[in-house]
Amino acid sequence: MKQVLYTVTGNRELAPGVWEMSLAGDTSPITAPGQFINIKLDGFFLRRPISVCDWDSRGLTIIYKVVGKGTAVMSAMQPGQELDVLSGLGNGFDVAKCGQRTVVIGGGAGVPPMYGLAKRLLAAGKAPSAVLGFNTESEIFYEDQFRKLGIETVVTTVDGSYGQKGFVTDALPESYDYFCACGPLPMLKAVYNASSTSGLLSFEERMGCGFGACMGCSCKTKYGNKRICKDGPVLEKEEIIW
Amino acid sequence: MVDLRVNLAGTELDNPVIPASGTFGYGYEFAQLYDINCLGTFSFKGTTREPRFGNPTPRIAECPAGMLNAVGLQNPGVDKVLSEELPKLKACFHKPVMANVSGFSVEEYAYTCAQLDKAEQVGWLEVNISCPNVHNGGMSFGVCAEAAAEVTKAVKAVTTKPVFMKLSPNVTDIAGIAKACQDAGADGISLINTLLGMRIDLKSRRPLLANGTGGFSGSAILPVALRMVYQVYEAVDIPVIGMGGVSSAEDVVEMMLAGATAVEVGAANLVDPFACKEIIDQLPQVMVKYGITNLKEIIGGAHHG
Repeated sequence: MKQVLYTVTGNRELAPGVWEMSLAGDTSPITAPGQFINIKLDGFFLRRPISVCDWDSRGLTIIYKVVGKGTAVMSAMQPGQELDVLSGLGNGFDVAKCGQRTVVIGGGAGVPPMYGLAKRLLAAGKAPSAVLGFNTESEIFYEDQFRKLGIETVVTTVDGSYGQKGFVTDALPESYDYFCACGPLPMLKAVYNASSTSGLLSFEERMGCGFGACMGCSCKTKYGNKRICKDGPVLEKEEIIW
Repeated sequence: MVDLRVNLAGTELDNPVIPASGTFGYGYEFAQLYDINCLGTFSFKGTTREPRFGNPTPRIAECPAGMLNAVGLQNPGVDKVLSEELPKLKACFHKPVMANVSGFSVEEYAYTCAQLDKAEQVGWLEVNISCPNVHNGGMSFGVCAEAAAEVTKAVKAVTTKPVFMKLSPNVTDIAGIAKACQDAGADGISLINTLLGMRIDLKSRRPLLANGTGGFSGSAILPVALRMVYQVYEAVDIPVIGMGGVSSAEDVVEMMLAGATAVEVGAANLVDPFACKEIIDQLPQVMVKYGITNLKEIIGGAHHG
C-alpha cells in the first residue's frame, strides 16, 4: 500500500450509470489484478474503495457504478483533477495459481477486475476464456475490450436481450481447469456451487479503512477470520463459508 | 525548541499523541507505513478473555463528518495477544504500549487484566467499560457509577500498572462516573468512547448496520468530547486522556487545553493512515504559532482565570 496523488486523465460513461476513469501516477503499489484503490473525496469522511480494472507503468483505469453521492461526485470529475488515493490495496488474484484454461467470470460491476486479470493470464502464457453477466443489454460494457484480447468471451443477460439468456452459470465453458469470479454475492454463490474445479472469488463488503486496521469488513473462513480489505477481497474457493 | 513531552501516570511520553484502540490494530499494519516509534504510545485493539469474531456485517456506515462502527470487539483473545501479537509488536515498537481491555463480567475484566499485567511491554491498562456494540456488557459497566467502580476495584487488585478507565459519553453525568472510578483507585480516565448512533437505508428501510446501532466517531464528535474532557478534568485529580474527533495538531492542543494530559486519535487513522505521524510533525509549529514552549503547561489551560 502507498498513498499516491493521481491525476484524472479521462472519465467517461460506458453504460447508464457505469463510468470508466483513467488515472495517471505511480502504479508501483499495484502488484496483482483484483486489488483495489481507496479514494478520498472532498466532503466525505470515508474513502471510496474501487477495484482496479487495468494498469500499466504510467497509470490505471477504474470502472465504477454511480450508486450514491460519492460515486456521483466522481462521475463529475474532469481531467486534470488530482485525487488522494491509497493504492495497491488488498490481496488480488494469484495468476500463478490459475490453470492453463482458467475461466474468468464477471457479473455487472464485478466485470472490471476480470479484464486486468485476463490480460495478465495471457501475459503469463495461459489461455483464459471469459463469461460476462449483465441484467440487460443496456448495462453491458467492456465486451469489445475482452474480445480484443482474442479470448473466447460469452456475454449473458438475465432477460435475454443480448447474448446468451440466463446467468453466468448457464454459460460456463464445457471444459476449464480453474475459475476466477467477481460479482454480486448471489452470483458468487451460484458459481461456487456450479463450478467443478478450484477457483478464486472476489468479495465485497462495506469497509472502514481498506487496509486492515479497523476490522470493519471481517468474514469467517475455514482458515480463520479474514479481513475482506486486507486478506481478501480474493479468497480461495476451499476456504469459503457461506 | 519546543517541548512535546508529557507524563502519563509516571511514564514520560515523547509526545501526547496516541492512536486509539480499534483504529490501529496491534500496530504492525502501520509499522509497514512509517516508524511507529514516533508515537507517544498506542492503545492496542480491545482484548477480551476469549477470542471474538464480533458482530455480523455490515458493521461500518458513513455519516456526515464521521462514521459508525459496530465491530463488536473482534480480537484473538488475551492468550493469543500475549503469545502472538505482542511478540510481533516488539519487533516494530520499542516503547511501552497501552493494553485496551474489555469484558462481559467483573471477573473477566480482572482475569484479562491480570494476564496482560504479566507483559513487560504493557505500560498502562486502558479498561473499556464503554463499548456500545456488545450486549450484556461493555457499556453497561460504564453507564453506572457503582458498576464502574466495581470494575475499577477488581482490576486494580490484580495489577500494579496504571489503570485508565475508558468511559462512555452515553451518560447523563460523566463527571460522577469519572469520580467514582477515581475513588475506586483508577490512575486515570480515558474519554470519550463512541456515541451510540444509527443510520437507515432508504431503499431497504432497515438500519444500515446489521447490529442496528453502532458507535459514532470522527470529526463531528470533537465538541462533545471537549465538553466531557473539560467536565471530567474539573471533577478528578487523576490524569485524563482525551479523545473523540481529533484529527489535527490544533485539535490536540484544544483537547489539552480542555484538560487532557495525552490525546488519542481514532477514526482519523482509518481515513489517513499517516494521520498520527502528521499530527506529531505538525505539533511543534502549531505550538510556536500559539506561543506554547512546553506542552505540559497547557494541560487544563482553558480552566484558569
